[in-house]
Amino acid sequence: MNVLAYLIGGSLVLGSGALALFLWSLRSGQYEDLDGAARRILFDGEPDSGDGAEGR
Amino acid sequence: MAQAAIFHTGSPAPRSAVTAACAHCSAPMPDGAAGPYCCSGCAGAHALIRELGLDAYYRQRDAVETPGRIGDSEEAADCAAFVRPGPDGTAALDLMVEGLRCGACIWLIEAALARRSEVRAARINMGTRRLHLEWTGGAAEAERLVSLVARLGYRLVPFDPARLAEAEDRTGKALLRALAVAGFASANIMMLSVAVWIGHAQGMGPATRDFLHWVSALIALPAIAYAGRPFFRSAWAALGHGRTNMDVPISIGVTLATAMSLYQTAAGQPDAYFDSAATLLFFLLIGRFLDHRARGRARAEVEQLLTLRATSVRVIGPDGTPIATAPHRVAPGDWILVAAGERLGVDGVVREGRSSLDTALVTGETVPRPIMPGEAVFAGTINLDAPLTIEATASGEGTLLAEIARLIEAAQGQRSRFVALADRVARRYAPVVHLTALATFLGWNLSGTVGWAQALGYAVAVLIITCPCALALAVPAVQVIAGGRLLRRGTLLKSATALERLAAVDTVVFDKTGTLTEGRPQLLDAAAHDQDTLRRAAALALSSRHPLARALVRVAPPAAPVEVREVPGAGLEGASARLGSRAFCGVDEDAAEGPELWFAETGRAPVRFAFADVLRPDAVETVTALQSAGMSVLLLSGDRTASVAPVAAALGIADWRGGQTPADKAAALAALRASGRHVLMVGDGLNDAPALAEATVSMSPAEAVDIAQTTADLVFQGGRLGAVVEALELARAAGRLARQNIGFALVYNLLAVPLAVAGLVTPPVAAAAMSSSSLIVILNAFRLSRGRGA
Repeated sequence: MNVLAYLIGGSLVLGSGALALFLWSLRSGQYEDLDGAARRILFDGEPDSGDGAEGR
Repeated sequence: MAQAAIFHTGSPAPRSAVTAACAHCSAPMPDGAAGPYCCSGCAGAHALIRELGLDAYYRQRDAVETPGRIGDSEEAADCAAFVRPGPDGTAALDLMVEGLRCGACIWLIEAALARRSEVRAARINMGTRRLHLEWTGGAAEAERLVSLVARLGYRLVPFDPARLAEAEDRTGKALLRALAVAGFASANIMMLSVAVWIGHAQGMGPATRDFLHWVSALIALPAIAYAGRPFFRSAWAALGHGRTNMDVPISIGVTLATAMSLYQTAAGQPDAYFDSAATLLFFLLIGRFLDHRARGRARAEVEQLLTLRATSVRVIGPDGTPIATAPHRVAPGDWILVAAGERLGVDGVVREGRSSLDTALVTGETVPRPIMPGEAVFAGTINLDAPLTIEATASGEGTLLAEIARLIEAAQGQRSRFVALADRVARRYAPVVHLTALATFLGWNLSGTVGWAQALGYAVAVLIITCPCALALAVPAVQVIAGGRLLRRGTLLKSATALERLAAVDTVVFDKTGTLTEGRPQLLDAAAHDQDTLRRAAALALSSRHPLARALVRVAPPAAPVEVREVPGAGLEGASARLGSRAFCGVDEDAAEGPELWFAETGRAPVRFAFADVLRPDAVETVTALQSAGMSVLLLSGDRTASVAPVAAALGIADWRGGQTPADKAAALAALRASGRHVLMVGDGLNDAPALAEATVSMSPAEAVDIAQTTADLVFQGGRLGAVVEALELARAAGRLARQNIGFALVYNLLAVPLAVAGLVTPPVAAAAMSSSSLIVILNAFRLSRGRGA
């Protein structure tokens, strides 16, 4: 039955990882503009702006 | 009397003759306009987009959602004050963008800005319509960047993000975090619980079962303590005030279920309800989050936009230099400079200067009113011709604004008594639930067939089953989807209960100026005028902010500005031509009434341009649609009766009144309500605000004065009156779905509660019943997003 402990432990670690990732993405503002993000992908040749502007 | 001829009826006949559409904004071409553009603004924007090599915009934008007509661009906002200097010579600026329609707009603005070498970052948030701009250089550069975007046809309003920080959506984020934690917990506990349930059948050993229960407890306890806070807090607050709300049964149910399960686990019992408690919170948080989205966002957005729009006034300081001051900080007796074209920020008396005032938004009159020293002027009017110096009067008693504020306050009292459908249901629901659970516990306990722990277990099952999951989701899910659909059509839903009130409407009251009509003059019979004459007249008119001059420029072929001298209150004088009033152009012929401009050139006969405030293109359609839907339509206007009559006639509105004061309008609305009608008021002016507050529910266009937008429940953009019909239809469909959902939730309870009372609900049954009822309610709400809805 030890295997159960490992597996449950493993699944909880993975689950908490996903939870932490979600909370991080929420904090970093990735859910601020869902409408915009959905439409942005329709345009190729995305202008060099926003987050990717460091290279300019 | 030429009144009847002044109004374009906007009937389909003349419009259907026009097949061409503007190449930039796709608006139908005005009669007689040459070239592929409807106005010089659109022509300029198109040329600019071409020049920047951004033609992809025209291919990519949504076919339906086209940019607004550019027409005459609004005054450029003063950005310099909002520029935040950054390190290494960069600067940043945040702006609100007005006029965003679709993804292509975002792309166009970002791409256009990115072509400028000094721009380091330009990013638009489509949800909040904010543009974040960073560039290398000083504040002076800001004007150039902003004017670039303005020339594309979008209006920008700078703002200070620090000031908006508090308005940031903290509650929404906290709910989302709680939702994530509850989701994580319920998924993991469910995984363990399924193992336990199967183990019951396959003979899982008690040691393994208890171990799984303990792991569940380990996940559930902290997760429930964290994710349940929104409910616990609200329930505690309600109890503290001696009231009960939906959160009380939720909190008691979740807490009892958790405590009970912990006891069962410690005692080595076969059943635990950790999964039910966590799943319950998960579903309830979805409902709560949707509810928050439905009520919070649009309202905050409108109000934010309005605070940003509030302009500063220039008070003449002790040393004679003007100082920019917020309108509410102006003291009575201060002297204020008002430039030509500026909107007045305060009430006052004119001390110096002669000009004319556009009072359309305040009184509903379309014809500008001449103004001279000694006359009283009101905040919200626009100074047209020449600079004025006004002395601010006491902002308290007696001013028009104070009077209107008082009327609004009086009217809003009755509004707050409206109780939303979900709350009405919940109020009766909570006590019934508690009594049922208590009766279950006492019944089983007193019957003596089971122990007290088992009896408590059955009572907890009743609480879990009745926990108003479906009920809590029933209305918010519908509202969010309805709100989203309205938003996509450009209508902001400000109040959470507006849809419910809208669904009951049987009478629609319109304001005239700016609501049924465009609210700005337009040149009549543009086709009848010689294009070349129009162009030469427009060359003069270009340098004026007078609404008639602007109306001329809008329909004239693109012209190059020439040097002119503006004669306040009279007109414009160029090298060999004059544009202005009849007297100014030396005409003494007694022509028809109505706003007009004369254009006199040396060696030619003077030409008369007549203007009128035309109906919105879909006004007739809208009124007809409302009438055929069985609504009675009324027209209440502050404008002169003579100007209202033809509008009412053109629209087929039999019941109309002109010359209404703000108090008259509010009284008319109150009378309608007193006779048992549910009234929708649509208006845009300061004089409509009390009536907007008095109505059952109210709408105003996005160009309306601040106070009207603040008071209205819905704000529609894009100048389409059709939004009124759409909102009414959607409200009815949403009301039907909300009722269906609530009905379903109650039926579900009616079926499931007897099972729980009888002690037949085991954890797997509870989990299945709860999830399925919540999902059904959500799926039913989604029917609204597809086509017609229920």
